[in-house]
Amino acid sequence: MAEPLVIQVENLSKHYGSVRAVDAIDFAIGRGTTCALLGGNGAGKTTTIAMLLGLLLPTSGQIRILGEDMPRHRQRVLSRMNFSSPYIDLPQRLTVAENLTVYARLYGVRRVRERLATLGRELDIDAFFQRPHGSLSAGQKTRVALAKALLNAPEILLLDEPTASLDPDTADRMRHILTNYQRQSGATLLLASHNMSEVERLCDQVIMLRAGRVVATGAPRELIHRYGRKDMEEVFLDIARGIQRGEVVE
Amino acid sequence: MSGISPRRIGALALRYLYLLRSSRVRIVELAYWPTVQMILWGFITRYLAGHSDVLSQATGLLLAGVLLWDILFRSQLGLSVVFFEELHARNLAQLLISPLQPMELIVALMSISLVRTLIGVGIAVLLAIPFYGFNLFSLGLPLAGFFLNLLLMGWAIGLLVSALVLRYGMGAESIAWAAIFALAPLCGIYYPIATLPGWLQPLAWALPASYVFEGMRVVLLEHVVRLDFLLYALLLDAGYLGLGIQVFLATVHQARERGSLLQSGE
Repeated sequence: MAEPLVIQVENLSKHYGSVRAVDAIDFAIGRGTTCALLGGNGAGKTTTIAMLLGLLLPTSGQIRILGEDMPRHRQRVLSRMNFSSPYIDLPQRLTVAENLTVYARLYGVRRVRERLATLGRELDIDAFFQRPHGSLSAGQKTRVALAKALLNAPEILLLDEPTASLDPDTADRMRHILTNYQRQSGATLLLASHNMSEVERLCDQVIMLRAGRVVATGAPRELIHRYGRKDMEEVFLDIARGIQRGEVVE
Repeated sequence: MSGISPRRIGALALRYLYLLRSSRVRIVELAYWPTVQMILWGFITRYLAGHSDVLSQATGLLLAGVLLWDILFRSQLGLSVVFFEELHARNLAQLLISPLQPMELIVALMSISLVRTLIGVGIAVLLAIPFYGFNLFSLGLPLAGFFLNLLLMGWAIGLLVSALVLRYGMGAESIAWAAIFALAPLCGIYYPIATLPGWLQPLAWALPASYVFEGMRVVLLEHVVRLDFLLYALLLDAGYLGLGIQVFLATVHQARERGSLLQSGE
């Protein structure tokens, strides 16, 4: 039996004057799925994620998350989802523990100390709980950002380039943590990434965007087969360059 | 739409307290200017008291003026500067993707503004007692009314300035410092509104602070409490604060449409 849909996007558009950042896209994601939102720079990934988070209002179209109309019932939906991005920061002068405490309370987490202790152990960040966020390395900050995103045990977790700027070891640990969380909680993960091997490893669904439109969807293996390529890296290049499936480029 | 949550407001207020606590220099800075102003105007009062009938009747007139003015100034700055810190820290997007509602953000900003005002002005008020023998609390119960009215007006201006910066970017930040000084000559901090040219007086009476400073002079010189002044100020404050809240909320909504919240986070 198919899993219930937790993200439904219909005819979603975002226009800035004559620029169509996102142009009438449709997609749906089932509960427990790990889905990648792919595309080159300017394809509309960040715009789409921002609309899913209610940070950006669509020009037209509908978003339903966990059965709720997203812009209208934003507060109800946002308490059940979360987001992590290396491009959105936490206050530098606050300690890691202070930052996480504030967000735990914002998300209505019960037993804040216990939750922080658990995440501290799982993400191996408890050693620098008392350090100012600004004094952390990029890898440490990414783990703290993920801890913030997992505070409310979200049913939907949106991730913007979750392993960007991480060394291979830390990146691998992050993927391991995400896989474990997804497996244990049955949460839905939607990630924007430029790391195609990561996508192949983590995701069971891919949505490819190009110039604000959905140009391909499917499982990574299915797309590799459909495009007649050896991996997602090549599929990505085909789609980013506007090459039709099966087309041979000299 | 779900209701306003005291828990979320408390969480954000806690964040602002953490920020305040993280820098002792900032706490000193909060009290520095009000204290310097108080010292300066205390000496001016001493000098002028021998040359002015008005000041010889009520030596605290200028000191009360400067301390009450600082309540207005600090409450405005306490709100807008903390909001700017959210923008500087690229944290606004992070907050607005949490269940926090913009109205809760406003209430949290107001609460930290109150704390910062109490610290900043409170120290200057207490130091004025040993320095010049002037106790602002000698104004009695009306002081509570003056404080409330100035606080509300400061919040209204703070919200309008914050909305402006959210709309036009950090380049407009200097307005936070300048905006309130444009109103200072009209409020009658150190002189009665009647001193102003006739054409400016209606404008002055449209400001809640004018009623506060006039009311303060009446208390000190005539020992009379003008409740009507307090009431007019409160009514005007309700209007301005309502306007400030609406403009701020509309600007956040507009930022969601324009995508500027996203840019401020990247």
